Formats: sequence, C-alpha cells, structure tokens
Amino acid sequence: MLNMKIGIQTVLMTSAVTVLLATYAHAAPIDAAKSMVTATGKQMGVPVTGKFKKIAGDVVFNPAQLAQSKARIDIDVASYDMGMAEYNQNILGADWFNAAKFPKASFVSTGMKKLTAFSYTVTGQLTLKGRVQAVSFPVTVKAEGANQVFDGVLNVKRNAFGVGAGDLADTSLVADDVAIKFHIAVPAKK
Amino acid sequence: MAQQYTKTAIGIHWIVAILIFATFGLGLIISEMSFSPTSLRYISYHKWLGVTVFIFAVLRVLWRLTHRPPALEASLSRFEKFAANAAHHLLYILIFAVPLSGYFYSLAAGFPIVYLGIIPIPSLIGPHPDIAETLKEVHGVLVYTMAGLVGLHVAGALKHYVIDRDGTLARMLPFLKRSDF
Repeated sequence: MLNMKIGIQTVLMTSAVTVLLATYAHAAPIDAAKSMVTATGKQMGVPVTGKFKKIAGDVVFNPAQLAQSKARIDIDVASYDMGMAEYNQNILGADWFNAAKFPKASFVSTGMKKLTAFSYTVTGQLTLKGRVQAVSFPVTVKAEGANQVFDGVLNVKRNAFGVGAGDLADTSLVADDVAIKFHIAVPAKK
Repeated sequence: MAQQYTKTAIGIHWIVAILIFATFGLGLIISEMSFSPTSLRYISYHKWLGVTVFIFAVLRVLWRLTHRPPALEASLSRFEKFAANAAHHLLYILIFAVPLSGYFYSLAAGFPIVYLGIIPIPSLIGPHPDIAETLKEVHGVLVYTMAGLVGLHVAGALKHYVIDRDGTLARMLPFLKRSDF
C-alpha cells in the first residue's frame, strides 16, 4: 500500500517535470548562488563597488549554434549592496536607481559572435531605470565541472540611464563610466 | 650654534601648520555633516589634505635628521627644556599617527585613497567593516590629543614671546628679529 502510494507520487512528479521540460524546452536557468553581478563606479577617483544580491536569468549557449543561443539576465535593483547603509539608502533613492519605481533591470541578448576560441561578442539590450540601451561586450566561456561559466565586463555610462539625476549627473564627483562585472554559472541540462 | 631653524625647516613647519589647521577644520565640518554629495566631496578633500600633511611630515623628519635644529634658549629651566622636548616628540609622532589612522580607517571602511583623484595610494589593508568604527574613534582620539598639544605648542611659543620675551619664537619666525627684545 505504502509502496503504491510512493509509486503514484513518482509518476505524478515525473509527468509534471516532463510537462515543464516540454514547455520550456530551451530554458536553462542560471545558478544564482554561483553567479554574481557587480557594478563599480568611481567617486572622485576611488572605485566603489556594489553587488546585486538577487539575480535570475536564462542562458542557452551552444558554440555550434550561436544563432539559437541566447541570454537573459534579470536583476532585482533593490538588492544592490554597497556594504554601507548610507550608501545603499542613497543609491536606491529616486536620484540614483529609483528602485521603488524601477525595481527591475535586465539584459536580453540579441546576438552572439565568435571572438576567439573561448570568447564571444555578445550584443543585446540593457534596461535600467526604464531606459533601454544597445550594448555589446566580450564574454569568455568555460566549463567548470558540469556548469557553463560566463565572465565579462560591460562598460556603461551611468548618465545614459539617468542614474545620478540633476546635480548628481556631474561626473566630477561620480564618474560617468561604470563597469558591470558578471560571472554567470549555468548548470548543464540533464 | 645657529639661532634659527634653516629656511627649509621654517618653510615646511609653516606649510604643515597651515595644512593641519585646514585638515582639522574640514574634518570638524565633515563630522557635523549628514551624508550628501557635498560631504563626499569634502571627505575626499580631507583625505587629500591628510596625504599632503603626511608627505610634508616625511620631508620634515628627513630634513630634521640631517640638519641640527638651533639650541633651546639658554635661559630655559631644565623642566622647560624637558617639557618642550617631550611636546615636540609627541607632536612629531602625531603628525604621522593622525593621517595614518585616517588612512587605515578609510581602507577599513572600504575606500582606498586616490590622491587628488588621480594617484592611487597603495592599500596596506583590505576592507574590514568590523574594525572601521574603532579606527574612526582612534582617529578622533589622536586628532583631539594633537589639537591639545598644538594648543600647548602655540601657548608655549606665545608665552616665550610675550612673557619671557626671549628668542624662542624668533627661531621659527625669522621676521621677529632678536634685536627687537
């Protein structure tokens, strides 16, 4: 009796998984715990870094099928942590990220091109604070155990996204250049 | 024996004096400010001033070690000579200790120092949020100790000029001719 119950549950679960896999045949969610996205700006020449603690996304990457490869990364803006309460409070405020009004930032790839044996040029659209910018940056790809791991730096201009409004747009205090560094781990599909 | 410090020693002394007053004043202003773009700007200026004080302090000590200072006035009592030497030694220590404590506080808080926004100063420690507050307090205690000593230093110099009417102050202020007394 007990055995039969477990048997039915297993069958139900297996079919649920099958349905999910059928629906998201190409979905390959990133391993958020092993991935990292940081943004580093410069305040009067001093590098100041914060980490987006909540990220999600899907990456389907096949070097043999670049046209079918794609990446999407979603970022919870309010999870940006600079390590100090005063900084966190300010950066999430209306003048900077305005996380209350624009809680999500995202990157969606539109194309990938081979650069070297282990690197690719990824183009796509970056959405931050409600503004969309076309971006292009090199990404290195390697295998780490069963994971595909993607590393790179995306250099952006904060003023292009209206991050640092009004007087804060002045780049003598906070430079316009911001380096978004990422390390994305994607578990191999089973 | 020379009756005055060398021109270089006198020059560095007054440059450091002005810089220390400016850095201290700015530090006081910052400690009263709430977090804002202006406070961030002032904090950077304060750090740059501190680095400048440190550089001049190094130059001063190198000069001092290679150039004998003028003797203290012969009229000074043994106690006065001891007190003057002790105060000067402590001042020298604090001229280094105050900027260094600020440097380590900044590093512990996660901010490397980039002199004038251009020249990165090597970071001897990484971020240590757990000790940043303690270092801030150490910086404060050293600063106020130094402020007290500078007060004594100035009061002593004025006492020698106004009350004792000796040549002590003229050793560091060349336009006060000894013949004035």
